[in-house]
Amino acid sequence: MELNQYLEVFIEESKEHLQSCNARLLDLEKNPEDIDIVNDIFRSAHTLKGMSATMGYEDLASLTHQMENVLDAIRNHKLSVTPEILDVVFQAVDDLEAMVFSIADGGDGKRNVTEVVEKLKLIEKGESPQQAQSQAEVAATSTVVTTSTGASFKSEYDEFEYTVLEQSKEQGFEAYEITIALREDCLLKAARVYMVFEVLEKVGEVIKSTPPVDQLEEEQFDQEFTVSIVSKENQEDLKKIIMKVSEVEKVEINAISLEGIRNKQETTKAESEEESKKTVETTNSDVPAEAEQKKQTSTGKQASNKTIRVNIERLDILLNLFEELVIDRGRLEQISNDLKNQELHETVERMSRITGDLQNIILNMRMVPVETVFNRFPRMVRQLARDLGKKVNLEIIGAETELDRTVIDEIGDPLVHLIRNALDHGLETPDVRKANGKNEEGTVVLKAFHSGNHVFIEIDDDGAGIKKQKVLEKAIKNGIINEQTASTLTDKEVFELIFASGFSTADKISDVSGRGVGLDVVKNTIESLGGAISIESREGKGSTFSIQLPLTLSIISVMLVEIEKEKFAVPLSSIIETAIVKKAEILNAHNQKVIDFRGKVVPLLFLKDIFQVPSQEEEDEFYSVVIVRKGDKMAGLIVDSFIGQQEVVLKSLGNYLTNVFAISGATILGDGQVALIVDCNALIK
Amino acid sequence: MAETLTEDIKFIVFQLKEKEYAIPVNKVNSIEKIEHITRVPGLTPYVKGVINLRGVVTPIIDLRLRFGLEEIKYTESTRVIIISFDDMEVGLIVDAANDVIDVNMNSIEPQPEVVGVAEAEYISGVAKIDKRLLILLDLEKILNRDEIRLDSKIEG
Repeated sequence: MELNQYLEVFIEESKEHLQSCNARLLDLEKNPEDIDIVNDIFRSAHTLKGMSATMGYEDLASLTHQMENVLDAIRNHKLSVTPEILDVVFQAVDDLEAMVFSIADGGDGKRNVTEVVEKLKLIEKGESPQQAQSQAEVAATSTVVTTSTGASFKSEYDEFEYTVLEQSKEQGFEAYEITIALREDCLLKAARVYMVFEVLEKVGEVIKSTPPVDQLEEEQFDQEFTVSIVSKENQEDLKKIIMKVSEVEKVEINAISLEGIRNKQETTKAESEEESKKTVETTNSDVPAEAEQKKQTSTGKQASNKTIRVNIERLDILLNLFEELVIDRGRLEQISNDLKNQELHETVERMSRITGDLQNIILNMRMVPVETVFNRFPRMVRQLARDLGKKVNLEIIGAETELDRTVIDEIGDPLVHLIRNALDHGLETPDVRKANGKNEEGTVVLKAFHSGNHVFIEIDDDGAGIKKQKVLEKAIKNGIINEQTASTLTDKEVFELIFASGFSTADKISDVSGRGVGLDVVKNTIESLGGAISIESREGKGSTFSIQLPLTLSIISVMLVEIEKEKFAVPLSSIIETAIVKKAEILNAHNQKVIDFRGKVVPLLFLKDIFQVPSQEEEDEFYSVVIVRKGDKMAGLIVDSFIGQQEVVLKSLGNYLTNVFAISGATILGDGQVALIVDCNALIK
Repeated sequence: MAETLTEDIKFIVFQLKEKEYAIPVNKVNSIEKIEHITRVPGLTPYVKGVINLRGVVTPIIDLRLRFGLEEIKYTESTRVIIISFDDMEVGLIVDAANDVIDVNMNSIEPQPEVVGVAEAEYISGVAKIDKRLLILLDLEKILNRDEIRLDSKIEG
């Protein structure tokens, strides 16, 4: 399914948000007066709501929405924090958690939350939740829908599996249910299971296993497991084949009859219906216990996660140490070349290869294409556009731009907010657009690119733009500025106001955006990453939100060039091509040397002069030119020679040397020397 | 100096044109031999460029040039003192560095009024230890970032 690849991100992030909700709620219990804490919880809830709505988990979204309402009331001093209110909010968070875990276990995240929602609504109205307490408690814990793990001894078959069985029988296959018991002292149960599966797959096709394969792999079974298989072999042969796997104690084979399954299916169906009825009718006392149990099982399962989180700082250290290693490798290579010892040479070569692989791994550990974040936006935009009744075309440019893991992890939420904002506030409805002579379909452009020491992400819409007057009025009304200062503000400063906490220009509170959280969160997050955000807007034409993020560490492909004895790196992303031109081909145009490059006049820049490289003034007959571009403008950089392409780690020049002209950073080459990276954007005016 | 300050502070001592200077040891990260320096264009001459310091690109200042002294060829005894100050990590090229000395805070005096010495504005005080005169540096002034751009017009 299309959403699967984002599911993991969603689950991880939801867990994080819930975790922080829980932590902050505990803080709030200690300091009930602290509105900052409420704000934090509110933001987490808000993001969670947005995410779950995007993923289509309605129950999750609706509960969060209700929780958010209560928090909003607290935030606006309409309610004060009491233990009763906190209890209900905690309960809501618990429910949210259960839902998220259910999703993580492959469930559908559905859960009956009406009672908690009712309670939250009561609170919102200012009534005590006490009355609702008793019956709500039941409902909150009642139907946790998780996919049944099917712990029963004999397998049950669903509709699909039944069809498969039916068809195989038609084709002359026999279906068997094989129960295999391993010896009690068997140490590597998973390995044995694997071997059993391997032999079975040679003679037939495994349709089902109980417990499911992933649990078998994790040895989450006792001694026995059951496998359903279709095969042309007879029972005896199958048994022999399986018994060949060591440490198998017992094999029991039963032929499956389709009628048997049919009957069973019907009974279980009836049973489960009965059961679900029971759940509804059960009394207060035993239901919570049951739910509790289910919750526990789901928490246990999440431990099977195969990823670990590593502090970025450790990766930094690892990378720095590794670079040291690379330098020594270079020296070793040199020594082995000099000594011409065959064995030494081979060893060094092997080491070089291994360090090469290691380098790729270490570098890639930190870099992620921004695509991983951008990918989830098309769906979100489609959904939002439908909800808002607008026509939107989302364009994504530069999704391959790689960003540091730290930045990627943080940038998702702010971007969600900004895109929602662009759709909700920026773009007009189709009829308004038509009336203004615009295309009915609005365009939102999401663009990422490297420039200098930074990565830029721009969100550009061709909507209504920001109405300056409206912003000012609102800001004054909300007490963010007073009228006197309002008249002195520049356009830019006015636009900045929409990042202030508690500001919202939408007249109505909508589900999409517009409670005045969002933009201030966006600003905070980006600033905490060491970045900046700026707005450009023209009324009636649209707005551009530009996020500038620091390139703390990123790998870029560069072309190494040499000028006299100095090496410079030109980012491949800005190179169009390289060329060798004859001196005679250079033309003069208004004191500017230019060449005719594929029908275009390209100005030449002599890097030797720009970078004041000490030189012996020895002019060649030919020039080596690197043709670079910035947008649609081009320039030819004249260098002495090309060295080649390389992937390098972009490093900053440190805090002492900030803003060096036309240099965006530095990198350390294999020989341990530093090469400067040319900022082509600064060179082309 | 106030009577209460009687603790000893360790200083790294280095030579520059036959004079001895000192930097508090807690500001010094390491002392390195001079290695390949990559020139960075567009900077004032006393910023020699950057070096690779164990994977960290570190800017290097030639202290002789910073003080307006004549430049000399680097020798075997030339050292780079890596200091960290105010979030910046910078290397200072000095003629030699080979001493750590305890300086009693009481023995530090404000710099004598000397006219016409170029480095005077970068000095925070002097300390007399036995027969030696140690010049204590004012790192903040040495690392003044406003002076490093050769051509500040380019900045838009």
